Amino acid sequence: MSLSAFATLLERLAFTPQRLGKERLLTTAFAEQTDPQRGLMLAALTGDLKLRQVTPSLLRGLTETRVDAQLFTYSYDFVGDLAETISLIWPEGTRSDPPLSEVVHELATTPKTRLPALITARLDSLGPSERYAYLKLATGALRVGVSARLARTAFATWANLPLPEVEEIWHALTPPYLDLFAWAGGAPRPEAAARAPFRPVMLSTPTDLDQLSALDPADYAAEWKWDGIRVQAVSDGGTRRLYSRTGEDISPAFPDVLDLMHFDGALDGELLVRRGDDIASFGDLQQRLNRKTVTPAMLRSHPAGLRLYDVLIWNGQDLRDQPYDARRATLTQAVANLGPRIDLSPNLHFATWNDLAALRLNPPADVIEGVMIKRRDSPYLAGRMKGPWFKWKRDPHLIDAVLMYAQRGHGKRSGFYSDFTFGVWNGDDLVPVGKAYFGFTDEELKELDRFVRNNTVERFGTVRSVARTRVVEVAFEGLNRSSRHKSGVAMRFPRINRIRSDKPASEADHLSTLQAMLPPEA
Amino acid sequence: MARPPLLIPRPEGLYCPGGDFFIDPPPPVPRALVTHGHSDHARPGHAAVMATRETLDIMAIRYGDDFTNARQPYTDPTRIGEVTVSFHPAGHVLGSAQIAVQGSGQKIVVSGDYARVPTPTCAPFEPVPCDIFVTEATFALPVFRHPPPQVEIARLLASVEAFPERAHLIGAYALGKAQRVIAAIRASGWDAPIHIHGALQRLCDYHVAQGIDLGDLRPATEGKKSDFAGAIIIAPPSAFAATWAQRFPDPVLAFASGWMQVRARARQRGVELPLIISDHIDWPHLTATITELNPSEVWITHGREDALMRWCEVTQRAAKPLHLVGYEDEAE
Repeated sequence: MSLSAFATLLERLAFTPQRLGKERLLTTAFAEQTDPQRGLMLAALTGDLKLRQVTPSLLRGLTETRVDAQLFTYSYDFVGDLAETISLIWPEGTRSDPPLSEVVHELATTPKTRLPALITARLDSLGPSERYAYLKLATGALRVGVSARLARTAFATWANLPLPEVEEIWHALTPPYLDLFAWAGGAPRPEAAARAPFRPVMLSTPTDLDQLSALDPADYAAEWKWDGIRVQAVSDGGTRRLYSRTGEDISPAFPDVLDLMHFDGALDGELLVRRGDDIASFGDLQQRLNRKTVTPAMLRSHPAGLRLYDVLIWNGQDLRDQPYDARRATLTQAVANLGPRIDLSPNLHFATWNDLAALRLNPPADVIEGVMIKRRDSPYLAGRMKGPWFKWKRDPHLIDAVLMYAQRGHGKRSGFYSDFTFGVWNGDDLVPVGKAYFGFTDEELKELDRFVRNNTVERFGTVRSVARTRVVEVAFEGLNRSSRHKSGVAMRFPRINRIRSDKPASEADHLSTLQAMLPPEA
Repeated sequence: MARPPLLIPRPEGLYCPGGDFFIDPPPPVPRALVTHGHSDHARPGHAAVMATRETLDIMAIRYGDDFTNARQPYTDPTRIGEVTVSFHPAGHVLGSAQIAVQGSGQKIVVSGDYARVPTPTCAPFEPVPCDIFVTEATFALPVFRHPPPQVEIARLLASVEAFPERAHLIGAYALGKAQRVIAAIRASGWDAPIHIHGALQRLCDYHVAQGIDLGDLRPATEGKKSDFAGAIIIAPPSAFAATWAQRFPDPVLAFASGWMQVRARARQRGVELPLIISDHIDWPHLTATITELNPSEVWITHGREDALMRWCEVTQRAAKPLHLVGYEDEAE
């Protein structure tokens, strides 16, 4: 597969609206291409190429050697996608069409110091759509409307293999997946050779009291939904690994948790910072995330542990086909020997949905963000299907805030003024308390975009300051103290819940309302 | 005493004190000079309108014969009060003109919307030397390098060939863009009938009456669903959302616009086949035009003023944004 063929595929995928159409494009590509090109193509789509040395700032820097930096900033602001902006703005040069494998190989093996020269030379010798494909490969974020799962589904369809089996071994495979394509051609199934492999996680869909009332509560069990990170803890013949729910190996950041994993199996649970009997807030856990290593001081001040929901594998036996109740029975016995920092997320006792609603309204800890509802007879299945598992989250906090600044969005919101900074009153002044770029409907987005365009009072580069007249209802999940924000508060997961056209700005909320919601000072 | 300016931006639009007229004013005024027939430039209700004969005809088609009390078709340079005005082709749509205003030793050219890609549907842009050049900035970002229309039409025809069982539905604005697209399809050798939405009929008829060959055009409403397999249909973009589009077999949605260069814009519109065909000036042509005219000052009407201001700064040209209100920021 040449780079231009890959570019054409990306283009077709991006503009083909239906899932089935995308799947057809992929199956055709698997059939037409040969090894190792098709495997690299698949890895690019599933996000498994991992050419992580190529950073957005590197690419920006390269572009600014060719194009005025300010014109580039205006262009990026308008286009809303870095790779696309660069592909369009880069001066035209010669045209070449290297094989996909050649560009992947050189991006993977070139030392960091020589990357700028390499990438510049490539950009100089490609056409615009090949430049786009090249940059998408290099940065790893394709954004062509194909999920990793859709790509694997297309592979399974083309290879005529069961999708769950493909998913099962996926995390043990490496690009360009020669053994996988050999399996499709009749060779034996590749073994999940690595010890302690990741298994696809079972996910839930949101629900509410209305939907639940159609179901028989006796068929379901319920648990608290803990506000940490969903993980899979796998211990297999002495190899221990901790995976995020997307299969990312986060073991290196959590040696304290690995030390606790004295078992042989795969467990599903929540990763939490635990101090004695207390579960710390998500903010505390955040201190431990996104780190390659962890300091001894951090291990002492923010000790992590697990609270378990489910068991997939136990002492060599795959329990995923068993019903939830049976797995929980195994888990309850297993957990008894695992020590104080690994325990069981208890089942809640309820006879009616209203009982459960009452529990959800008054959880025993702040770090609970709702309840999980699981069919007692549900096997452990890969993916997010509607029916067996539901999440019923706590209602968000709401405040009325005034729109203050707006910027153009990225990705599918490109071109719309969709990134909003909003504020609340502090005396006679508005003080910014957060930013939100989703939550609104498409119609509301159009309305907000129009408001920004017609009510801009000042421009700071790509930021527009707007007339302080529009009130929006902001929903958020929690509030932390913050020394980085002038207001002293930081919202968790803020989004625009609705536009309050009925409300004058003077009736928006005051900072004191937010301050009253803050957790006690540590 | 300082000489009074030839043109000044006012809330109603660009005003000429020496001739007491406005150019392309959005609200009704006593006397308007109109560059072209697009609705954000040509509004009904002015007491008197001077424009090219084609633009006046187009305004009458869109707004009715009573769109103004006095039509003044432009023929030759005309004295109005203390200034002389002349109209020069802008290459944007049929009848489109740049308006040159000359007086007290100064000349300003108001380009209106303009393009430099040749099309059989209107006269090509005429570079007019001037002291002040008033330009649009719709596509004034260096990312906008519109490919030749024939490249885009070749993609369209390849898609028609690849999906013979589907109809191809092209969104194109009724005045100018639709005819530009039709003419480009004809220039690529496609002789089969092209089906058009009713909203395009009168303007297409007018182009044909002016001697522009658009080939075999047929109403898109006649025929069974299966008759439209492999057909090309042109409609205003608003028709896509309506049930109107359901009469065609599994249509491939295409959209002809300079914005289609940005993928996200195409995807937001649910476009399957983006066609980068524009009747506005793209970045290389815009900067080349300013370089060619080399005016002592550049005024910028609407679009991406910031970026064009920056380019003028870098190339050491005097420039200012007019911040006129009422023009479509991102129409095409």
